[in-house]
Amino acid sequence: MSEQPILEIKKASKSFGAVQALIEVDFEVRPGEVMALVGDNGAGKSTLIKGIAGIYAFDKGEIYFEGKRVHIHGPRDAAALGIEVVYQDLALADNLDVVANMFLGRELVQAPWRLDEAAMERATVETLDSLAVTTIQSARQIVAGLSGGQRQAIAVAKAVMWNSKVVILDEPTAALGVAQTRQVLDLVTRLADTGLAVVIISHNLHDIFEVAHRITVLRLGQNVGTYVTAESDQQEIVHAITAGELQFVPGMAQE
Amino acid sequence: MSTIEETTRTPKHESPLLAGQSSQSLNEHFQGYMRRLKSGDLGSMPIILGLVVIAIIFQTQNDNFLTPRNFVNLVLQMAGITVIAYGIVFVLLLGEIDLSVGFVSAVGGVGMTILLRSGVDLSFLSFILPDSVISAFAPEGGWAWYVAIPTALLLTAAIGFLHGMIITLFQLPSFVVTLAGLLAWNGVVLILVGQGGTIIIQDRVAVGLGNAFLPDTWGWIVMFGAIGLYALNLALRYRTRTKQGLATKPITLLALQVAVLAVLGIIFVYIANQDRGVPVVGIIMVVWLVVLTFLAERTRFGRYVYAIGGNKEAARRAGIPVERIRVLVFTISGFMAGFGGLILASRLRSVATNAGGGNLLLNAIAAAVIGGTSLFGGRGRVNSAILGALIIASVDNGMGLLGLSSGNKFIITALVLLAAVVIDAVSRRRQEQSGIR
Repeated sequence: MSEQPILEIKKASKSFGAVQALIEVDFEVRPGEVMALVGDNGAGKSTLIKGIAGIYAFDKGEIYFEGKRVHIHGPRDAAALGIEVVYQDLALADNLDVVANMFLGRELVQAPWRLDEAAMERATVETLDSLAVTTIQSARQIVAGLSGGQRQAIAVAKAVMWNSKVVILDEPTAALGVAQTRQVLDLVTRLADTGLAVVIISHNLHDIFEVAHRITVLRLGQNVGTYVTAESDQQEIVHAITAGELQFVPGMAQE
Repeated sequence: MSTIEETTRTPKHESPLLAGQSSQSLNEHFQGYMRRLKSGDLGSMPIILGLVVIAIIFQTQNDNFLTPRNFVNLVLQMAGITVIAYGIVFVLLLGEIDLSVGFVSAVGGVGMTILLRSGVDLSFLSFILPDSVISAFAPEGGWAWYVAIPTALLLTAAIGFLHGMIITLFQLPSFVVTLAGLLAWNGVVLILVGQGGTIIIQDRVAVGLGNAFLPDTWGWIVMFGAIGLYALNLALRYRTRTKQGLATKPITLLALQVAVLAVLGIIFVYIANQDRGVPVVGIIMVVWLVVLTFLAERTRFGRYVYAIGGNKEAARRAGIPVERIRVLVFTISGFMAGFGGLILASRLRSVATNAGGGNLLLNAIAAAVIGGTSLFGGRGRVNSAILGALIIASVDNGMGLLGLSSGNKFIITALVLLAAVVIDAVSRRRQEQSGIR
C-alpha cells in the first residue's frame, strides 16, 4: 500500500439552499487501500461522493488526483481520471442487456456511426470472467431478469473494466442476502489487492471492519475523524458517528 | 411484447457465457425460442396471428379482400401512417409522446405543394434584394421537386427541433408542448392552404412518390438485391462473431431466415406484379425500415435512446447527453412526419384544408403501439411501425370493402388497439414473474 493518496479532497463545502450538506471536509484514499466512509443518514456521504463523481460541483474546496489539482465538471471528467462510482441504485438500464449496460455511455465503435457489438461482448465476457462472476448465464441477458447480487456484480464489473484507479461503492451490500454479501466483500478485497483504491460506503460496521483498512467518519456534513481499522473498534466508530466532535456549529453560516 | 434483439443476435438463455464454445444446434435454439414464448416473450407472434385472423374474417365476408389489386391498395394506404409511425417509435422509446405529427405532416405536404407551385414570395424584401434573387426563389411555375421536397422536409425537421428545444429548455412535458404544436400547426395549414380550400399537385415526381409503380423486372431486381444484401449482412456478422470466439446462431437457422425472407419477397413481388407492380412507396417503407433499424440498434444514438427510455438517471450518470438526444428524437419525429405528409399529399395529388386532420395522428401512434412499442419507454423496435400500420390499414381496408360506416371502423380499430395493449401488459407481467427476458 502506497503512502501517497491517489485521491485527496481538501476543505470541500456544498450547500443546497439553506442546508449545508458539507462543511470543509477533508478526505483521501490511497492505492491498494479500502477506505470506508461512514456516518448517520444525512451526514453528507452521498453529497461527498457525488461531488467526486462530477454529478455536481463542490461550492468550495480542492480535488487532487495523483498529487495534481484537478477540476471535475461532469461524470465524464471523473471517468477520464479513472474514478468510477457504483451507486446504491446501481444505475443500470433494466431494458438493456448486460453488454449494453457495461459499456453505457462509452460504447466501442467500428466507425463513428457503428457499434462494435462483438468487441464489446468479448470484453464483457472477459471482465466478468476475471472477476469470477459465474452466475450470469449470458452476456446478452436483459438486466431486468437478474438477481440483486448479479446486478451488483455487473455494476462493479462495469466500474473496474475501464482501468479505473479509484472505485467508489455506495452501500454495495445493503440489499443482499448472506451469501451474496460474502461474494461482494470478497470482490472488494480482490479489487484492493490488484492495487485499486476502493471507497466503500456502508452502515454495516461488521462488513467494514472485515474489509476496510481505514475509516472516515462524517457527522452533520463534517469530517470528525479518520481511523485505522486495525487500531480501532466498533465502539469507537459508533461514538464518532453519533457524538463525534464538530469543528463548526451546525446551522451557522460560514464566514 | 418485443425485446430489443430477438432474431438478429445471440440466443440468450442457453448460450454459454464464456467464449470458445461457439455455435449451438438448431434444436437447442428452437427450444430456447419455445421457452421464451412460454415465459411470455411473444415477439411478433400476436401480430402475425392477428393478421391471419383479419385476413380470414374479411376474405370469408368479401372475396375481394385477398386479391392482388387490394393487396397493392393496402400497401398504398398504409405507407403514410407507417412513415409517420417510424418517427413515433423513437419518441415512444424515450418514454415521450408527440401529438403534433398529424399536422406537422400536413405542413410538410402543404409546404411541398406550395413550393412546387410558386416558390417563396420574397417581393417584400425587394428594397434590399436584387430582382434576380427574388425571381430565383419564386420562379415561374414554382421550384423544382428536388429543391421543394428537401426544403419541406427541412421545414418539418426544424419544427420537430423547435418542439424538442422547448421541451428540454423549459423542462416541460412533451405531451403539453406537442399538444400546443397540434393546434398551432393546424392553424398554419389552414392559413397556408387559404381560401381556395384545395391545391393541386402537378409535378410528375411529387405525384409519382405516392402513386408510381416499379416495372415488373425492376421489382424483381430490387427484391433480390435486398435479399442478397441481407444475407451478406448476416454472413459478415457470423464471421466477426466466430473470429471473436463468441456464441453464434446455428448456420442452418441463418440460412432459414434468408430463405423465409426470400419466399416472402418473391410472393410479394409476384402478387404485386399481377396488379400494377411494386409500389414506389413500398420501397420507401422498406428503405426507411432498414435505415432507422440500423440507427436504433447499431449506433450510439440508438443505444442512448433505449437507455434514456429505460432509466433516464442511469443514462445521465453514464455521461449520455440526455437533452441533446431528446431534441434529436423530436427532430427525427418531425422529419418522418414530414416525409409521411409528402406521401399522403402525393397520394391524393392535392392538399386541402383538412390535411393532417381526422384520425391520422391517432392511427400513427396506434400503429407503433399495436406493433409492440411500449408507451412507457425503452421497449420496442422500428419494425413495430410497419406491422402495426399493416394491421390498422387491413382493418380499415377490409371494413371499407364490407361497406361499414366510419363509426364502426373507429370502434373496431379501438378494439384492436386495446387488444394489443392488453396482450403487451399480460405478456410483460408473465415475463417479470418468470424473470426471463
